[in-house]
Amino acid sequence: MELTGAQVLLESLRREEVEVIFGYPGGATIDIYNEMSKYPFKHVMTRHEQAAVHAADGYARASGKAGVCLVTSGPGATNTVTGIATAYMDSIPIVVFTGQVPTCLIGNDAFQEADIVGITRPCVKHNFLVKDVKDLALTIKQAFYIARTGRPGPVLVDLPKDVMQAKIEYEYPGEIHMRSYSPHYEPNARQIGKVIDLLRFTRRPLLFVGGGVIGSNASEELIWLAKNLHIPVIGTLMGLGSFPGNEPLWFGMVGMHGTYAANMAINNADLLLAVGVRFDDRVTGKLSSFAEKAKIVHIDIDPTSIRKNVSVEVPMVCDCRRALKALRSEIDAAGEPVNWEEKHGDWIGKIQAWQKSQPMSYEINGSTYIKPQMVIESIYELTKGRAIIATEVGQNQMWAAQFYKYHKPRTLLTSGGLGTMGYGFPAAIGAQFAFPSSLVIDIAGDGSIQMNIQELATAVSYELPVKIVILNNGHLGMVRQWQELFYNRNYCSTCLHKNPDFVALAKAYGAEGYRIEKRENVKDVLKQAFATKRPAIIDVLVEPEENVYPMVPAGASLTDMLLV
Amino acid sequence: MRHVLSILVENEPGVLSRVAGLFSGRGFNIESLNVAPTLEKEVSRMTICTTGEEQIIEQIIKQLRKLITVIKVVDLTHLQAVEREMVLIKVGAEDSKRAEILRIADIFRCKVIDVAASELTLEIIGDQGKIRAIINLLQRFGIKEIARTGTGALRRSMQFED
Repeated sequence: MELTGAQVLLESLRREEVEVIFGYPGGATIDIYNEMSKYPFKHVMTRHEQAAVHAADGYARASGKAGVCLVTSGPGATNTVTGIATAYMDSIPIVVFTGQVPTCLIGNDAFQEADIVGITRPCVKHNFLVKDVKDLALTIKQAFYIARTGRPGPVLVDLPKDVMQAKIEYEYPGEIHMRSYSPHYEPNARQIGKVIDLLRFTRRPLLFVGGGVIGSNASEELIWLAKNLHIPVIGTLMGLGSFPGNEPLWFGMVGMHGTYAANMAINNADLLLAVGVRFDDRVTGKLSSFAEKAKIVHIDIDPTSIRKNVSVEVPMVCDCRRALKALRSEIDAAGEPVNWEEKHGDWIGKIQAWQKSQPMSYEINGSTYIKPQMVIESIYELTKGRAIIATEVGQNQMWAAQFYKYHKPRTLLTSGGLGTMGYGFPAAIGAQFAFPSSLVIDIAGDGSIQMNIQELATAVSYELPVKIVILNNGHLGMVRQWQELFYNRNYCSTCLHKNPDFVALAKAYGAEGYRIEKRENVKDVLKQAFATKRPAIIDVLVEPEENVYPMVPAGASLTDMLLV
Repeated sequence: MRHVLSILVENEPGVLSRVAGLFSGRGFNIESLNVAPTLEKEVSRMTICTTGEEQIIEQIIKQLRKLITVIKVVDLTHLQAVEREMVLIKVGAEDSKRAEILRIADIFRCKVIDVAASELTLEIIGDQGKIRAIINLLQRFGIKEIARTGTGALRRSMQFED
């Protein structure tokens, strides 16, 4: 069957079982768009290429499938960079197809030409420039294979216009093998044995879980291990949802804005089972005092994560799910006479005491403003932890992490590594396409939401019931908080006094708009807004100078927390 | 400590910039880097000399292995290996100095590959110690230009216990 390059691309996407493409057309991709209607997938046109990538990313995080994005050359391609870097930092499988000028013009500074392969090289797992239509099918196969396997990540494929027009006899490869890329999944039996030994002889074990648990779909195994061996669990921002947030063994997020109990636990544990984490600086605080009493077991699919920041007792380069599964089989097989509940009882009691002495809380007296934390708690109560929550970045993100309990993996979509403002709303749009009947809520700030607010047009066009809750404090709250605490209240460029009227703005786009100004109305209005089938902005006027606590100042030890 | 890494890569456009970009982006040192095809035409060998503490070197090797186009990375530092670099040195050689320069060239088994009235170009092949020594010796005559290939290295066929 002879196909054009454009047809090869779309036919290959069909064979990769792609359901949705997020994109934005342009001169270099017209040939592809010209064929689009003949194929079964949905093309979602966003209003900015950055949003197309975030939407593909949100789709991938929520569904576990690879997200796909298609944009044109030049500015279309360069607009994807932030989205790609976001996915790269959080190990999210997406494949980004960019149009390119015809091969004969590459390097000539042609109209809408950008060296996107060069530009994105440091922030992709891999990228390709397809110079010949005969390489196209294999390249697409490799792109999906690389994006989905090992430590997942973004892959970019640059498609010159003449390659899209050229014809070729089509054949799509089945299984592929790459001599220079073969991820290692299986845990090493000897290392598993060492972990079992450590579990037997330590008294204060702690499961410390991250995005790798979610990426490898290891929640079931994690829950088994924690519950059967009575091991308390704490998580990174990226790990929220991997263990049910409403279970008694869960002690919350660790790190700069982690819970008191989690931060105390990590620095008092004698065994740290770190699963799918990479010991980011926001998590460890001062490295020299991080988990200093603990032997560390580090399970991660990526060898570079191991010994990058902390030295570990037992390194295990493998898939997190398989590692936890292997631990489970070993423990089952040994028929251990250990009474884990008794062995770890004192330790759990100690963490519970920390939790009780400093629970997640906030000051509600002395002000009549709505407290942002209150809003998140109300969202949790109304949704019973069943919504998909996307966040922007800053205070809104931290409160969403602290005050919402994530019951299931893939229900929190947040830019953890790169910290991309403007991520949440397009990510929520992507997630809504993966789960059309779920309630998807973007928790936003009045600063962040304005970074991709044009996507209201997308949400309205596709009649998506996405909800945006703006915690409107009139500031870039997190930077303002740092200025307040560490820069002598020099609020330079962090006050947003001329914000638009978000309710009117929502209405102008054809969405619904709500405003909440009084505490007593929070729940009722949220309930009403969540019930509508249309996209809606809920603009909540909150305490202007509320801070996120606990807070570990940058570079301090985890136990040096500023508390409420 | 100085490490010599021998790397096999897919011989395709952009592979050098992936490797070089990794070093610059992560703040790793490159002392020298050379690259050329092997007998298998899809594969090139890179030899990179770098310096850093053990933990940094470990990261460099792991990060290199993580690149999709890198096939194999071997740290030759802890193996028995042969390494050589070729250097072309253009040195000032007026009549009064010429004999002395040629004597040095002879001792170091250099070749004279270009001669002019007041300059000589020498070709030197050797390990880093030899190259440092001859550069040091020739400096007093005035080195006008220098071109170095960077280290190339291979693991020795027979590895003996120390």
